[in-house]
Amino acid sequence: METKKVIGKRRFSLTVTTLTFAFLYLPIVALVVLSFNSARQGVAWTGFTLKWYSELFRQADIWKAFLNTVIIALTSSLAATVIGTFTAVALYWYKSKLKGYLAVLVYTPLMIPDILMGVSMLIFFVAVGIPLGLITIFIAHVTFCVSYVTVTVMTRLEDFDYSIVEAARDLGAKSHQVFRKVIVPVIMPGIMAGFLLGLTLSIDDFVITFFVAGPGSTTLPLKIYSMIKFGVSPMINSLSTLLLVGTLFISFFGSKFRKLIF
Amino acid sequence: MKEHSVVLSNVTKIFDDSFTAVDNVSLNIEQGEFFSLLGPSGCGKTTILRMIAGFEDPSSGNITLGGKNIIGTPPNEREVNTVFQNYALFPHLNVFENIAFSLRLRREPENEIKRKVKEMIDLTRLSGHVEKMPSQLSGGQKQRVAIARALVGRPTVLLLDEPLAALDAKLRQHMLVELDTIHDEVGITFIYVTHDQSEAMSISDHVAVMNEGEVIQLGTPFEVYESPVNAFVANFIGETNFFTGKVDRVENEYFLLDTERFGKIWFYKDMDVREGQEIQISLRPEKVKITKDKPIVPEGVKLNVLKGVVDETIYLGSQTKYTVAVGQSYIKAFKQHVRYLLDEVIISWKDNVYVWWFADDSYVLREMGGVAFEE
Repeated sequence: METKKVIGKRRFSLTVTTLTFAFLYLPIVALVVLSFNSARQGVAWTGFTLKWYSELFRQADIWKAFLNTVIIALTSSLAATVIGTFTAVALYWYKSKLKGYLAVLVYTPLMIPDILMGVSMLIFFVAVGIPLGLITIFIAHVTFCVSYVTVTVMTRLEDFDYSIVEAARDLGAKSHQVFRKVIVPVIMPGIMAGFLLGLTLSIDDFVITFFVAGPGSTTLPLKIYSMIKFGVSPMINSLSTLLLVGTLFISFFGSKFRKLIF
Repeated sequence: MKEHSVVLSNVTKIFDDSFTAVDNVSLNIEQGEFFSLLGPSGCGKTTILRMIAGFEDPSSGNITLGGKNIIGTPPNEREVNTVFQNYALFPHLNVFENIAFSLRLRREPENEIKRKVKEMIDLTRLSGHVEKMPSQLSGGQKQRVAIARALVGRPTVLLLDEPLAALDAKLRQHMLVELDTIHDEVGITFIYVTHDQSEAMSISDHVAVMNEGEVIQLGTPFEVYESPVNAFVANFIGETNFFTGKVDRVENEYFLLDTERFGKIWFYKDMDVREGQEIQISLRPEKVKITKDKPIVPEGVKLNVLKGVVDETIYLGSQTKYTVAVGQSYIKAFKQHVRYLLDEVIISWKDNVYVWWFADDSYVLREMGGVAFEE
């Protein structure tokens, strides 16, 4: 009786786990499989091909969008990493009464709906008079990445042993030397994790980018969306597959760093 | 006359306008000595250390280092280095780079750095661990890296904040000897903070016994042990028997005390006493003899003899700690086993015994009413 019960329980949990993974990954698997399907339309399998990939490489506007995405992702997450690291260190360091409120202000953008962020930024840029384009996308991406970087770096700082700062001071380090030679190296895993997180978020952001992008500043997600409007080309499947591989690659490295934090 | 390397004058530290951590402390610490700040946790000893290091500023009073006032000088500009309680090694640097940290900040030439770090590694016997990261080291090794790192820059004063607290008893003994050797070799001033009286006693030139922000007694280990000023010091530095009462009669070098718990007892008059004066006395247990036979008192010797029953025995190998019930009270007597047990009369629990001591072996506490320290 007892063993039967245990086996029953195990079967149940196994089924649920399988279904969960199927639910999560089947659409993606379908997308990857179809990117190698030779049929121009529909989902019927008509044979293996790489022609959608080669066609993809001939599309100049896709490459331009890809380039935009890469530039925005790298620059915005780099800027966000620098700003976010300083913010986190400052929040950790200076024991102000406002500290609690400031920390909430840092977390809030993580919870504000993207659409709200997008609309508010659009209104702001128009009001201030900044022409929509790569610059506005860059600013918008920095804005939401900063929160993520700050949170990741702060998590790392939580386990930070303050006495090593005193030890460094004691051994003759000036404030900036303490920061450069002790704090930054020790929290580096957190900084790297924050940077990679920012990178992935920036690459696939659609909603906010949609609002603040201008003519000639299309990013890859925007490009895919506009292509779909004119009918689903198998090329999109191959493009998405490449995007997926890139993201997996980054998050693989990210998890290596995150392991050091959590 | 040696010059004073660290002088504290009327130093007071008040935290948040309410808690007085250090209360009007003045200390003269001589160049090259091994000085200990000893007291229970929260007595202000670490705060004094942090003020000398520069991590805290005194609320009032002055601190000088080699005659120079150092109040307001940031820690990185003081010729004082600290060995932290939790070692505070840099986790991202290996042993070599941890030790070389202060030298690199000063941009010393590479061959100088190599030479000085090697010297420290030899001194602290760390060769073979140079390439290791702090996480790969044992407690004792981390301790040695922390000491090497603090000493490599040749500070005038080395501060040690409970450096052995995290080590096990055996290793603590070992490191204590090593610290002593290192102190002898480098010859700079060591200021050592601890709550462990045996540590402080065994290596210090001078000990400042602290309680509740004040220095209660300052002296050599011998002085604070044999001549404690009050009950707190007597009790904190080792174990003791207390006698409280009024002076009944003074006779030459001795006086008879009418004690509350043991009746009239003779004590050595090591300070002026008046008849009727209220007095407290400390008698160290190792000075109390314990025998089954009644001792024969020679002519002209003031010997106090009390009859009692053994209430508790703690056998420690080299000695046994006895607690003997005398009437409603207790006397502690430590017996050193100088002969093999078979040769000695074995005294065990519930035995009827005599506890006795020479009147000369007690000490009159100069201050009444010092609160006894309860662990």
